[in-house]
Amino acid sequence: MDSQMMTGNLAAAWGARLADVDYIPAFPITPQTEIVEALAKWCEGGELAARFVTMDSEHSMMTAAGAAEATGARVFTATSSQGLLYAFEVLYSISGWRAPLVLVNVSRALAAPITLESDHNDVLAARDSGFLQIHAETCQEVLDSILMAYRIAEDERVMLPVIVNLDGFSLSFTREPVSLPDPEQVRKFLPPFRPAHLGFRASAPHSLGVAVIGGTPYAYFRHQMHLASINALEVHREAAASFEQLFGRRYDVVEGYRLDDAEDVLVMTNACSSTGKAAVDVARAEGKRVGLLRLRMIRPWPADAIRDALRGRRAVAVLDQNLAPGQGGILFQEMAASLYHEVERPRALCSFIGGLGGQNLSVGAFHAIFEQTAKAGVSGKGIGPVLLYTQAEHREMTQLQMVAAGSVKRET
Amino acid sequence: MWQRETFKKIKQVPGEEHVLPGSALCAGCGGLESLRLATKVLGDEVVYVNAAGCFTMLAAYPYTSFKGSWLYTTMGSAPAGAQGVRDALDVLIAKGRLPKSDNLKVVVLGGDGSTYDMALSSTSGAMHRGLDFYYFCYDNEAYGNTGMQLSPATPYGARTATSPCSLQHPSGAAQEKKDIFEIWRAHKPPYIATVAPRYPLDLEEKFARAAAFTGPKMFLALAACPTGWLYDPGETPEVAKLAVETGLWPLKEAIDGVVTHTYVPKRKPVEAYLKLQGRFRHLFEPIVQTEAIQHIQARVDAYWERATREGS
Repeated sequence: MDSQMMTGNLAAAWGARLADVDYIPAFPITPQTEIVEALAKWCEGGELAARFVTMDSEHSMMTAAGAAEATGARVFTATSSQGLLYAFEVLYSISGWRAPLVLVNVSRALAAPITLESDHNDVLAARDSGFLQIHAETCQEVLDSILMAYRIAEDERVMLPVIVNLDGFSLSFTREPVSLPDPEQVRKFLPPFRPAHLGFRASAPHSLGVAVIGGTPYAYFRHQMHLASINALEVHREAAASFEQLFGRRYDVVEGYRLDDAEDVLVMTNACSSTGKAAVDVARAEGKRVGLLRLRMIRPWPADAIRDALRGRRAVAVLDQNLAPGQGGILFQEMAASLYHEVERPRALCSFIGGLGGQNLSVGAFHAIFEQTAKAGVSGKGIGPVLLYTQAEHREMTQLQMVAAGSVKRET
Repeated sequence: MWQRETFKKIKQVPGEEHVLPGSALCAGCGGLESLRLATKVLGDEVVYVNAAGCFTMLAAYPYTSFKGSWLYTTMGSAPAGAQGVRDALDVLIAKGRLPKSDNLKVVVLGGDGSTYDMALSSTSGAMHRGLDFYYFCYDNEAYGNTGMQLSPATPYGARTATSPCSLQHPSGAAQEKKDIFEIWRAHKPPYIATVAPRYPLDLEEKFARAAAFTGPKMFLALAACPTGWLYDPGETPEVAKLAVETGLWPLKEAIDGVVTHTYVPKRKPVEAYLKLQGRFRHLFEPIVQTEAIQHIQARVDAYWERATREGS
C-alpha cells in the first residue's frame, strides 16, 4: 500500500485495525480520543470485526479490557494521563492475570496544574506495573509498534500486556506519511490469538487472580512476571527481524543516531527525539562529535543494549521529559544504574529536565545541554538535575504572575 | 398475590451442592448460605467475577470453592470485569472460536461496601449498557473483611468499629442505610430481588424467575454475619428470619421496575431482631435507648405503610 498522511492517533487506530482485534472498551480523554473515535466508526461500519463498548471510566475500561483478554479475546484500548492513573490499580491486575492486551497511552502531563500537552510522568508512573513499554517517535512507528506489541505480548514466553506510548499533540495530532502494511502480510507476522493458558469455558473451568496467603506463592508469581518480562528482550529481537523481513522497517530496543564516532551522547525518548536529532545535526555542523541514543523499549529495560551503545563514551546526558520531585529525572536514575557496573562507563553522567507539559525544547536548550555535557566529560564530574528554563520563559512567566496578582494587564 | 411457580416445596430444591465446603469464610456466614442456595439454580457453568470483600477468600490458592470459573478483579470494578468477560464470550462464540456449549453465566460477587459505594459507577454503567449478567450482593451491612467498619449499608443504630457508641452518638451509626434497591431500580434493569437465606424457596424461585430475563439480574442477599453482628454462628437462621419477620429486610422483586413484595410479614417488634445481636446491645444496656428503638420501628412502619398504600 502507498503512504498516507495521518496523525499519530489515526496510526494507532490503524495498528489496532490491522491487528484484527476482537474487543475495544473505550473512554474518551484528550489527546487520545481520536483513536477510539476512529475505531468506533470502523466497528460500526464493519471494517473491523470487533465489539466496541464505551465504559463508565478508565478504571472500568481497563477492567473490562483485562477481563476480555483473560477470556481469550484480542483486546485493544487507549488512554492518556489522568485516565491512566485513574485505572492504575487495574494495570497491576492485568499483568498479574498475564493478559497480553495492548494499551496505547498518548502522553499528557499530569494535574495539578491541569493541562493538556505532553510529558512522560503519566506513562513512566506505570513503569513498575508489569506492562511492557514501547515508546514511539513517529506515526509510522506507532502503527508498527502496535503490531510488534501484540506479537511480543502474546508469545508464550512473555504473556504480559504492553503499553505503546506516543506523545500527545506533538505526535498524536501531527500528520506524517505512514505506510499501511498489507493485511495479508500482517497475518503472517501476527498469527491469530489462540492462548493456551487463558479463557473461561464450561468444559474447562479456570480460576484467575485468586488470593494467595503469604509471601511464598506471592513472590513466586511476581518472579515469574519479572522473568517473563526479561524474556521479551529476546522475543522483541525475533519480532524485529521478522518485521524487517516482511515490511522492510527495522526497530530495535534502542536506536542510535550518529553514534559511530560520538564522544558525547544525548539520551531521549519519544517524539521529541526528532528535535534532539536535529540538534545533533546542528552540533555536528559546528564540529562537535555528538550523537543521540533513543530508548524505545522502556520495559523490559534494555540494559545490555544501553551499555553497548554507551561504552567508552566521554559523557552522557539524559534529557528526561518527566520530573520526580525531590529526585530528578526518572530515566536518568535507570541509566545511572545500568552504567554503574560498566568498566568503560562514561566519565560523566548529566541529568536534564525539559519539555514538561509541552514546554518547548529550543535550539538554545540543546546547545546548552551539549556545552555543559562536554564540560562535564572533560572534568569527569556529572551535573544535574538541571531544570531547563530559558530567560524568555522566565520573562513570560513573570508577566503571567503579575497578571495573576492583578497588577498588570497582559501584553497582547 | 405473588406465588411461587417452580419451588413450592423444600423437596424441590436440588440436593446437589455447587459451593463446596472447606472455605476460609466464617462459620454461620449468611452470605455464603445465600450463595449456596442461589447456585442450586445457577449451577456450575458460571464464571464468578469477584470484587474485593469477604468472598475473596472463596478462591485462595491453591483451592477454590467452585466447580465453575473465577476472576478476582478489584473492589470498584467487578461489573466492568463482567462486561469484559460477557463481551469476550459473545465475540468468541460469534466468531466460531468458542462452541456455544462452552458458554457461561457471568455472576458478579460483591459485598455491600463495594456494591453501595465504590463499585456504584461500574454497576450503573453495566446496568445502563444492559449487560446480561447476575449481580449478587452479600450485604452484611459493614466492611466485614476488614473487621466491621461503617459502610453505607450499615443501618441506623448499629455499632461498628468506626461508628462506636459514644456520648455524642449514643446510638452508634447515625445515618440510615442507603437504599440500593431503589438506586438499582432507577436504572430499570429487567429483574431485581432481595433474598434472605432463611427463605430458601423464595430465594430459589427468584433465581429461577431471573433466568428468563436477558440483561442485568440484580440480587441483594441478606448476609447475616455472626462475626460482625455479634451473635452465635448457630443463630444465623434465627437472625435472618427475624430480619424478615420484623419487616426490616423486605423480601421483594422488581420486574421492569414494578415492585412486588414476595412475602408480607406480620411484623414483629424490631426489638426481637435487635436484641439478638451484640451490635445493637448498646440500645438496651446499660439503659434502654427508647428513642432510637422507636426511630427504627417508625422507619419500618413507614416503609410498610407506603408499600401497602402503593399495593406492592
